[in-house]
Amino acid sequence: MKSSPHMFLVGKLATLSIAMFAFGYVVMPPLYNVICDITGLNGRTNSAAVAAPDGSVISDRTITVEFVSVINSSAAWSFKPVVQTMEVVPGKTYTTNYIAKNLSSGPAVGQAVPSVAPSSAAKYFNKIECFCFTKQEFAGRAEKEMPLIFFVEPDLPRSIDTITLSYTYFNTGEDPENLSDS
Amino acid sequence: MSTAAAGHHDHDDHGPAKGWTRWLWTTNHKDIGTLYLLFSLVMFFIGGGMALIIRAELFQPGLQLVDPLFFNSMTTMHALVMIFGVVMPAFVGLANWMIPMMIGGPDMALPRLNNWSFWIMPFAFLLLLSTLFMEGGGPAGGWTLYAPLSLQGGDSFAFVIFSIHFMGISSVMGSINIVATIFNMRAPGMTLMQMPLFVWTWLITAYLLIAVIPVLAGAVTMLLTDRFFGTSFFNAAGGGDPVMYQHIFWFFGHPEVYILILPAFGIISSIIPTFARKPLFGYASMVYATASIAFLSFIVWAHHMFTVGMPLAGEMFFMFATMMISVPTGVKVFNWIATMWRGSMTFETPMLFAIGFLVMFTIGGLSGLMLAITPADIQYHDTYFVVAHFHYVLVPGAIYSIMAATYYWMPKWTGNMYDEKWGKIHFWVSTVFLNVLFFPMHFVGLAGMPRRIPDYNLQFADWNAVATIGAFGFGFSQLIFVYVIYKCIKGGEKATDEVWEGADGLEWTVPSPAPYHTFEKPPAQYS
Ligand code: HEM
Ligand SMILES: [Cu+2]
Repeated sequence: MKSSPHMFLVGKLATLSIAMFAFGYVVMPPLYNVICDITGLNGRTNSAAVAAPDGSVISDRTITVEFVSVINSSAAWSFKPVVQTMEVVPGKTYTTNYIAKNLSSGPAVGQAVPSVAPSSAAKYFNKIECFCFTKQEFAGRAEKEMPLIFFVEPDLPRSIDTITLSYTYFNTGEDPENLSDS
Repeated sequence: MSTAAAGHHDHDDHGPAKGWTRWLWTTNHKDIGTLYLLFSLVMFFIGGGMALIIRAELFQPGLQLVDPLFFNSMTTMHALVMIFGVVMPAFVGLANWMIPMMIGGPDMALPRLNNWSFWIMPFAFLLLLSTLFMEGGGPAGGWTLYAPLSLQGGDSFAFVIFSIHFMGISSVMGSINIVATIFNMRAPGMTLMQMPLFVWTWLITAYLLIAVIPVLAGAVTMLLTDRFFGTSFFNAAGGGDPVMYQHIFWFFGHPEVYILILPAFGIISSIIPTFARKPLFGYASMVYATASIAFLSFIVWAHHMFTVGMPLAGEMFFMFATMMISVPTGVKVFNWIATMWRGSMTFETPMLFAIGFLVMFTIGGLSGLMLAITPADIQYHDTYFVVAHFHYVLVPGAIYSIMAATYYWMPKWTGNMYDEKWGKIHFWVSTVFLNVLFFPMHFVGLAGMPRRIPDYNLQFADWNAVATIGAFGFGFSQLIFVYVIYKCIKGGEKATDEVWEGADGLEWTVPSPAPYHTFEKPPAQYS
């Protein structure tokens, strides 16, 4: 039997390759998300509500928050912020709105995905309430005004005086009928 | 695998089986090596044909010959064929032929698995190439298969993914076999540090393959489920992130480019000492340099993604880590030069290709260093400058090393000397046209011409015309290569056992042509 002395080594190598597959397929995606969430790399901001600030620390300066909207090319939407920019004092809570309209005649489901630039500001930008936490259902040609309540943390680094919040609005391709879970 | 062992052991010293089915069932490392090399040669012309379609379209600005979607599937397929169908199989073929003979072992450790590893490949490539004829055409989003673009093509995408899985399985099985061979089949007494560098570089390459091919398999499986089964790994609307695809892909992709060059380092380290008639300068430092390159290749992947918007600290880390790779690479280049220093050099064809490698690979390394400078790369990224860079490291790098190896060992394989005159003509014609083809790409790239585009601004017209002339010249001069190989198989001056006057190594101690079975009794000089 020639190959039997090899079996131990072959087994180790095969295990290594399977482990690397698991690393790529099972470990990397959640790890990536965790790293992005913690560090705010990639402009990742919170995807679930955070508590409102107690108002005890208010910054002594004003920064600019810019609102940007992007439509995924495949979607028949119009999607716009109500205001383009706001002057914001870190520590205080603000409310603004985005307006989305379904331009098709059929029903559709939309989902907004946020991103913050510069990415080093992402972890200081907190959403208390956001339409991006859930999906929205639209009847044909329906329009919705969707709220965003946020605050910027007072310990935002001094070097940052402008934060850009961008939403990309996607048509999830789902049928509103089947959307019971959101 | 116990059946493999049983099937393997019934030969004594009879030759190959009769008839064409010999090639189907063979478990002989030399037969399988030959199969891999011939497969690679065929794919070289298929991939080359695609390159000529690309260059023909780019001969003039405007859209002339092919429609843009087909053009894009040509760039995608050309890369996939050349990387997975030409360079990798050729190296595996050389490993099959040479590693057992270089370490004084009778065959590969797992001969039946070896047969499987090879025969999966033609099947995988048939599957890949057939997508060109399916509805919606072949993959056209670039060989990197970036999501979301790659997910927007036709349903034939599923076949692309499966073919990549098959290639991956073949490579991993081949690599496991190579590692097992190197660890378990060496002549008694041969230590690791007595192994020829080709064996060393392949050992390290095999580990790289085992570590990163499964990561690629994971990435493309995610593409598959995103496309067909409603997951959203890379779909932002569903909570995924397309940038994550790039991270996973390049975690595979950068080690992959070293998979395409480390065995070449081994080949060059065999050839230069022979024709300089001096032992390799700095053997141990070569081994350590190879190992450090392999290690570093895991921590530089994001130099392919400087423009995705990483934080400054990340860009700095990947910039410096990338630049660090040039240190061990530089060690190698200086060792080769030191080997030639004051040697009694002669310039037979393998040496010409080796020196061509040394000079032109270094040009590619230099442009790589330019690309590693983050702020500069933001200008160069996705331009023809990148195309120039990787073609300089891959064509006069990886491909020239394979050609050098073919000329160098062919007399041992066939028992006949190849035609030296035509070999030299092949080298010089290829080298001239190759530079006519790729050097102008630096210029148009620096001037801003984007890659993977079938049409371009008028200002790039002149250099593109020049490059296309180079491409056709280079492509057709490869027919000389086929002619020399054919002629050498058919006959020619008989080769001696040693073949080359200054050659060192166990493969030169067996007769020419190498008998079907070698080293059934291990060589004695190491024990
Ligand atoms: C001194 C060593 C090297 C350095 C510093 C280097 C650096 C780089 C950088 C920074 C890029 C990304 C450019 C961009 O997309 O903007 C790149 C691309 C590339 N390099 Fe290298 N490189 C080196 C050696 C090699 C070698 C040895 C190979 C293969 C044999 C190679 C193959 C490639 C390929 C194929 C790409 C393009 C991938 C693609 O986008 O399709 N490089 N290199
Ligand atoms: Cu790289």
